[in-house]
Amino acid sequence: MSRVRIAVLAALALIGSVASPIAAQTATPVSEDAVHDIALQLRCVVCQNLSVADSPSEMASQMRAIIRERLAAGESPTEVQRYFVDRYGEWILLSPPRRGFNLLVWLLPLAAVVVGLATAGALVWRWTRRRRGVRPPPVTVDAAMSERIRRELESGS
Amino acid sequence: MKRLWRWLIPLAAVPVLVLLAYGFRLSPRDIPSPLVGRPAPGFALATLEGAPLELATHRGKVVVLNFWASWCYPACYEEAPVLERNWRGYRERGVVVVGVDVQDKREAALKFVGDFGLTFPVAQDLKGTVSVDYGVYGVPETFFLDRQGRIRVKHVGAVTDDVFRTTVDRLLAEAASP
Repeated sequence: MSRVRIAVLAALALIGSVASPIAAQTATPVSEDAVHDIALQLRCVVCQNLSVADSPSEMASQMRAIIRERLAAGESPTEVQRYFVDRYGEWILLSPPRRGFNLLVWLLPLAAVVVGLATAGALVWRWTRRRRGVRPPPVTVDAAMSERIRRELESGS
Repeated sequence: MKRLWRWLIPLAAVPVLVLLAYGFRLSPRDIPSPLVGRPAPGFALATLEGAPLELATHRGKVVVLNFWASWCYPACYEEAPVLERNWRGYRERGVVVVGVDVQDKREAALKFVGDFGLTFPVAQDLKGTVSVDYGVYGVPETFFLDRQGRIRVKHVGAVTDDVFRTTVDRLLAEAASP
């Protein structure tokens, strides 16, 4: 079972590293990295499954300009994100915030991994136990019985 | 015990199927706007002819704010005559139609306005700030503002006579009896 625990921990670590919000703390002198970090978390509204950072569309480039302007005006990255969420709803965020009903999205895959590993473990345990149990039981045949069998085999053929 | 297991595995698929059935019925284009009921963001743009166009000057009127583009075919082409017709019909009753042209070339926008003979004010949102302020996803999108300057209805897709009249009539009636 310790292997299961390691797998779960590894899965946790992986999910954690992917999901952790990118720390962007730089302020007023706007670096392109700061703009990129915010753009990376916003959904490009005219695309399918592309972030504002990755989309070549005009809309996305205008949105990057707005991020840059708001950062230059002294807003924090959280405030800039808030601005977009206020207008587009949480839909604009590529990863839903981890609270309330949204937690389901984060916890269900984990639960599925745990249940899946547990099921696989239980099945493997059952199959191996059965194979061990299938060993032929010792047969005790007394002399009279074996004599009879021998006789019947000979007469039958 | 064994019988229970035989049923449990296919049954586990049921919640997943229900979730998928629900999810695939939703249109990814149908996104509720958090702006409905909130004060409309103000803006100051210039019309295609260069005159100033400020939302604040239309406070007290029912405003039909239409986001469009000349490349938005066919929806914007379908609704342009509807908007012009109703603008003419309602302008004396305290209704104003304002067009915001997004991600467009000025010449193309002017040609569109000329082709349809649009007479309501049209401005270009060159930097996209007004579009983002209104949470616009695509064109056409139309916002109906009441006399207090609040966004009351967001309509995605081409506006029809029916949508225009029912919505505007409702907002006018409401404003008349405070």
